[in-house]
Amino acid sequence: MGERRFPVRLDLRQGTVDLSHGSGGRAMAQLIEELFQRHLDNDLLRQGNDQAAFDPPPGRLVISTDGHVVSPLFFPGGDIGCLSVHGTINDVAMAGARPLCLAAGFILEEGLPLADLERIVASMARAANEAGVPVAAGDTKVVERGKADGLFITTTGVGVVPPGVQISGDRARPGDAILVSGTLGDHGVAVMSQRENLSFGTDIRSDTAALHGLVAAMVAAVPGIHCLRDPTRGGLATTLNELARQSAVGMRIREDAIPVRPEVEAACELLGLDPLYVANEGKLVAICPPEDASRLLAVMRAHPLGAQAALVGEVVADPHQFVQMQTRLGGGRIVDWLAGEQLPRIC
Amino acid sequence: MRYIEEFRDQGLAKRLATSIAAEADPGRTYRLMEFCGGHTHAIFRYGVQDLMPFNLKFIHGPGCPVCVLPIARIDQAIGLALDHGVTLCTYADLMRVPGSERRSLIKAKAAGADVRMVYSTQDALAIARADPGRQVVFFAIGFETTTPPTAVALRQARAERMSNFSVFCNHVLTPPALRAILSSECDDGVRIDGILGPSHVSTVIGSAPYGFVPAEFGKPLVIAGFEPLDVMQSALMLVRQLNRGRCEVENQYTRAVTPEGNRKAQALMAEVFELRETFEWRGLGHLTGSALKIAPAYADLDAELRFPMAPGEGREVKGCECPSVLRGVKDPVDCKLFGSVCTPENPMGSCMVSSEGACAAYWSYGRYRNPGPVALEARQAPGEAA
Repeated sequence: MGERRFPVRLDLRQGTVDLSHGSGGRAMAQLIEELFQRHLDNDLLRQGNDQAAFDPPPGRLVISTDGHVVSPLFFPGGDIGCLSVHGTINDVAMAGARPLCLAAGFILEEGLPLADLERIVASMARAANEAGVPVAAGDTKVVERGKADGLFITTTGVGVVPPGVQISGDRARPGDAILVSGTLGDHGVAVMSQRENLSFGTDIRSDTAALHGLVAAMVAAVPGIHCLRDPTRGGLATTLNELARQSAVGMRIREDAIPVRPEVEAACELLGLDPLYVANEGKLVAICPPEDASRLLAVMRAHPLGAQAALVGEVVADPHQFVQMQTRLGGGRIVDWLAGEQLPRIC
Repeated sequence: MRYIEEFRDQGLAKRLATSIAAEADPGRTYRLMEFCGGHTHAIFRYGVQDLMPFNLKFIHGPGCPVCVLPIARIDQAIGLALDHGVTLCTYADLMRVPGSERRSLIKAKAAGADVRMVYSTQDALAIARADPGRQVVFFAIGFETTTPPTAVALRQARAERMSNFSVFCNHVLTPPALRAILSSECDDGVRIDGILGPSHVSTVIGSAPYGFVPAEFGKPLVIAGFEPLDVMQSALMLVRQLNRGRCEVENQYTRAVTPEGNRKAQALMAEVFELRETFEWRGLGHLTGSALKIAPAYADLDAELRFPMAPGEGREVKGCECPSVLRGVKDPVDCKLFGSVCTPENPMGSCMVSSEGACAAYWSYGRYRNPGPVALEARQAPGEAA
């Protein structure tokens, strides 16, 4: 496919996506060759088949998939392209796995500027290169104007878990320590600050990042980690509730131990949001036996993506499976699942 | 000073809790109504009740603008969006409030109506400017806090001669609601010893309009800020008034509230709005002189006049106790629907929608599961008075 030549190159400055780019004909072949392959190029993609073939290394294989529909497509600290790489790498890594490769499905809306598409695909390529995880296979579809919000990207990742590592959401035990890898709410607030009807000036940037390097360091130091999960949509509150239900335990956290940037805190005040429920894209929650907690915390803090890691609470026996929090004021409350969208208060 | 964490400081909270515990007379109870949903939210979110002595109870008042909006008005708004094909701009909390037969604006949006969530009246104006061929209606609700921004929008629309913008006005007034609560106190059996008065509302109307509370009803009122330490300090001020037999309007929220309030905002409201003869409040019924409508000078921007609207059905869900919860007569847990068929994901009544609604606060922050282990622990925290 790399040998094909098209008499007129794609107009990556002024051009837009049209229905022919998804038709399966020459226009689609040109889009793939001059845009997708050019940026994402790697050995697996170069095989040029409808699938990429590779020999898996020894160990348990894990697979995960994630659809990305973020709006706006570009936000401070990232864009939908790098987000779609980081998001799936992180889902794979939360099993303690080393991610091997990704597959990406693109749904493009007619009218999307090719310049935007190129910027996004270049960002994906950069994220994949930095992570050392190639995009091995892909697919492109185009839908009519109004049927998608610019573009949607679904990525699927495959990884392999080192022998002896058994990380799963159902392994939290009473007494276990609960750690987070850094400040919460950065991504959600960064994205919201760019929404068209919410113009507030802020330097907050998305924390979007691939966490498999951090996870590898953590697993090497403490192979007996019980649970890992990245608190994306629904934030820390939702993740802890998921883990509590899966493990049939309760949790107790301390509000004053949870790291939140002052500017995120302030933006949440403004918007009537609770940082515990705001999305993250470069943070993880770890649950480990109490005797491993300080070693794990030290390893996390030694890694650039875990520099602000903190011990925020403990797992308790609780038939109700509640996540409870001692507030910074000294009172107590339940930290429930997120209900609906997190909506701003009006007065 | 960063104006956030200073008002949530644990050390100060402990000292206030100790003072309240020392001041409270164990031989009596203190039933304090916090008027505003903002107070209710702070009490639950920060676990303020855990820091109070056992004989001090917060009664949750009707000051949640989403909660007191009658179902009929929601029905009318849904009708505007669906039948008149307008772009309806609304504050987000309103999207999920159930109307008759469990319709809602969010369901109307899913059915194709153009309903937009906005953060301010300025967003609604911007939407109207961007599409002059389309009728844009701002669904205005709220107490005196949100009224001045609506007045500004109406003046701007007039100045810009916008013919595609109008306001569906549902603004209500705080003092008549307070009067209604205190007047019905005896009939319903809600006993209130003192009131934590509105916070943001009072920045606009000032502290003077509350004089009737001690004068006519013999209850102390302390204007209280929305931060947890504001609520605690105000509770202490009320307990002291009650113990010393004083009965006055006091102002805890001095950093924002003056006796006369914001004169400029008041003048703006007087120019753009006039009193409605009567208006229905959810839970409180029809109250005389309790709401605003758009003044004749701005009548051409009044959505109620521009679009023929049938009176909404206003059918309550059977068994929903929102009206009693709003008056403080019942706790959310006294409602049969609470937590069974009515949850924040699937609200039957308005009090389960807004984070300022008592039912949503009970459910989300788990007070109905009282006493939880954390709560108990907090009560016995070292350094606190027994």
